Amino acid sequence: MTQPALKDEILLAIDKPARYIGNEVNMIKKNPKDVAIRFAMCFPDVYEIGMSHLGIQILYDMFNQREDVYCERVYSPWPDLHAILKEKKIPLFALETQQPVKDFDFLGITIQYEMCYTNILQVLDLSLIPVKSKERTKEHPFVIGGGPCAYNPEPLADFFDMFYIGEGETVYDRLFDCYKEWKSAGKSRREFLVEASKIPGIYVPSLYEVTYKEDKTIASFTPVEKGVPEKIQKQVVMDMTGASYPKKPLVPFIKATQDRVVLEIQRGCIRGCRFCQAGMIYRPTREKDLEVLKRQAFHMLKNTGHEEISLSSLSSSDYSDLKELVTYLIDEFKGKGINISLPSLRIDAFSLDVMSKVQDVRKSSLTFAPEAGSQRLRDVINKGLTEEVILQGAKEAFLGGWQKVKLYFMLGLPTETEEDMASIGELANKIAAAYYEIPKDRRNGRCQITISTSFFVPKPFTPFQWAKMYKKEHYLSCAKVVNDSVKGQLNRKSIKYNWHEADVTVLEGILARGDRRLGKVIQRAYEKGCIFDAWSDFFDNEKWMEAFLECKIDPDFYTLRERSFDEILPWDFIDAGVTKDFLKKQYETALAGHVTLNCRVKCSGCGANKYGGGVCIENKNQVP
Amino acid sequence: MGEVYALKIRIKFRKYGVMKFIGHLDMMRYFQKCMRRAEIDIAYSEGFSPHQIMSFAAPLGVGITSDGEYVDIEVHSSQSSEESIKKLNEVMVEGVEIISYRKLGDTDKNAMSLVAAADYKLYFKDDYEAPSVNYQEVYRKFFLNPSEILITKQTKKSERTFDLKKLVYDFQIDYDRKGKPVFYLKVSTGSSDNLKPELVLESFFKSEGITINPLSVQIHRIDVYGKNETGFVSLGEMGEIIE
Repeated sequence: MTQPALKDEILLAIDKPARYIGNEVNMIKKNPKDVAIRFAMCFPDVYEIGMSHLGIQILYDMFNQREDVYCERVYSPWPDLHAILKEKKIPLFALETQQPVKDFDFLGITIQYEMCYTNILQVLDLSLIPVKSKERTKEHPFVIGGGPCAYNPEPLADFFDMFYIGEGETVYDRLFDCYKEWKSAGKSRREFLVEASKIPGIYVPSLYEVTYKEDKTIASFTPVEKGVPEKIQKQVVMDMTGASYPKKPLVPFIKATQDRVVLEIQRGCIRGCRFCQAGMIYRPTREKDLEVLKRQAFHMLKNTGHEEISLSSLSSSDYSDLKELVTYLIDEFKGKGINISLPSLRIDAFSLDVMSKVQDVRKSSLTFAPEAGSQRLRDVINKGLTEEVILQGAKEAFLGGWQKVKLYFMLGLPTETEEDMASIGELANKIAAAYYEIPKDRRNGRCQITISTSFFVPKPFTPFQWAKMYKKEHYLSCAKVVNDSVKGQLNRKSIKYNWHEADVTVLEGILARGDRRLGKVIQRAYEKGCIFDAWSDFFDNEKWMEAFLECKIDPDFYTLRERSFDEILPWDFIDAGVTKDFLKKQYETALAGHVTLNCRVKCSGCGANKYGGGVCIENKNQVP
Repeated sequence: MGEVYALKIRIKFRKYGVMKFIGHLDMMRYFQKCMRRAEIDIAYSEGFSPHQIMSFAAPLGVGITSDGEYVDIEVHSSQSSEESIKKLNEVMVEGVEIISYRKLGDTDKNAMSLVAAADYKLYFKDDYEAPSVNYQEVYRKFFLNPSEILITKQTKKSERTFDLKKLVYDFQIDYDRKGKPVFYLKVSTGSSDNLKPELVLESFFKSEGITINPLSVQIHRIDVYGKNETGFVSLGEMGEIIE
């Protein structure tokens, strides 16, 4: 049995030692001496969050299918262990072999949200790997980043040797082969990076030079060497059905956030909500074959022993064979004590029928995400949901026995007025009223409507990527308008309102659309003790603001300014499929308050049809 | 619907290595998933969210290893003991090993309600030295000679004094190859009068004015017992092997 890297006296003194011992069901065991490449795959957050991430499960399985690669895992140590590792100078280790990450060939970090950036520095620091890529030598692993935040990797440019732009299933084999060649040739670190940069989708930030104008916007963004591409092509899996998918996902001992089998039914979304980055960068929408999904569900349940299976996609209701799939899952597994969880379903007669079969109606709640309170603003963001549909869905649900409704909205959206904000409370009131219209003998006490609002953060590669953000005070005043509106409603006693902190929104906005000058701020913040910024218990806005001040970087530059269409944006060097022209047109259409039809009804010519697959070629809706 | 026939099964397993860091609740979840992976025909409770009919004898604390852990389940049908052990071990992780799978009588009580005592072995871990005292002498003075050993236990709200000697059924000291003491204890276990073995060791050294680091001692459970007219009976000896 592998000896744990940490002694008993440490493991028994910290919270949840199971986070650090590995040995989970379906963990891959190999002898590191038998492989050419050791890859440490990292999710820079606590184990329970990281273990719930589907992408890592896919890549872990895929990498380990190669005989010459051993992929292991590493997560952010919780602050209790962080302090001990620092104090005792114990290098951070991977779970499988319990050996130091610094001795690996690659450290791959998935970057899922901006608020994990200091945790990336934590992982590097605790691994005793120089935080800055330029300080690394041949003794150190190559640090590669991927995931949605890699669509604007610039704030992290100092810390990564490379970024992988797009979906991981496509070019890692080429990267590994390239690495083996380089290793046997005994060339310099930079020589590998130059070679790697020629693989489609691989971006090596140190091979690009950025200059700035006097107004601080970017003047130029150019490769420093011949042969290094000017544009990085995002990677897309065009054959989702045939794509690698884990038959034996890892099963943690401690309860992870996602303690169930996750079945990805499709990638991408046809809806085109203008605030949604996932809806843009995962284009085109690609479905997986029904029969393959059935087989995968069966295998994964058998090999994990999980008692629940969940469908994963951005909008499950749009999956063409949803009815068949859900019917199969219920018929095949419901009798065997397996729960079926169906997130991201539109509320209609079909979904209500299915949900009443798979969950306890009295206990569960119904979720709507109108995102904006008024129809005008919903048209601006291209959220196709109408008030009529919401009220009809709610009414049917109430008749079916539901009495809890959750509503999700965003505040701070482009063109938003006080009227839009106030209509959030009004919409909640109308839903409550629909409940009380039901005859008393068919009701079950009071209904519970819960409104949650988050503050909108414009993201790269969305039509709102040029939009301005606001100061913290503005966001809080928006929440106050909603709160006042809720309090003024007739059914206010049935409505609960929660809103988020605004500090973290502003910081997220800075990092999401930042450039490489922010690297020093992130490093400064980490040095000041910022980690686990995504956790409200740990987030310390004051330290961040000090870091900005000390680095002489004005945070407002990144948030309060509406960018002009001709500005060079930090992420313009990436070709994400959707063209800048399309995004511009979408922004203008949004400001005019017009909706755009979904991909299946009418192609909007976003540019993703160049990949020649998915919804773009499904039927007649091809661009002529 | 008529009564569904169910067999009561007692499973005995070992827990060792890094699995000692997995707490009781997580072990329960682990076993539930094992039953599915091994395709044991386990019975479920009624109701909207059915759960497996499964109960553990005596929760094992984090950090403790064991050669004698018990979990009772109910199944609708079963293969032979040998086949079931094989199938279960195929889905176990390193650090949990199934060593017995026996059929109980329909009216037999479950392991949890039977637990009366447990055997433990306590020893100093490799990196730690044992306090140097004359163990035989302390043993006589602390355990053998007194007719009662009064211990005051601090709980969250109150203090409780009890006679340790009444709850320790057996106590032996042996020595390993390096001459370090190894303590063998049989102590009262279960829902009432549960005695933690480390408390005995702590009191043993305290009688000499020595405070030991609890992390320096490895606690290992050897077996768990029920009680009948003739005395203690290992939970693993109850029931019969399915041929």
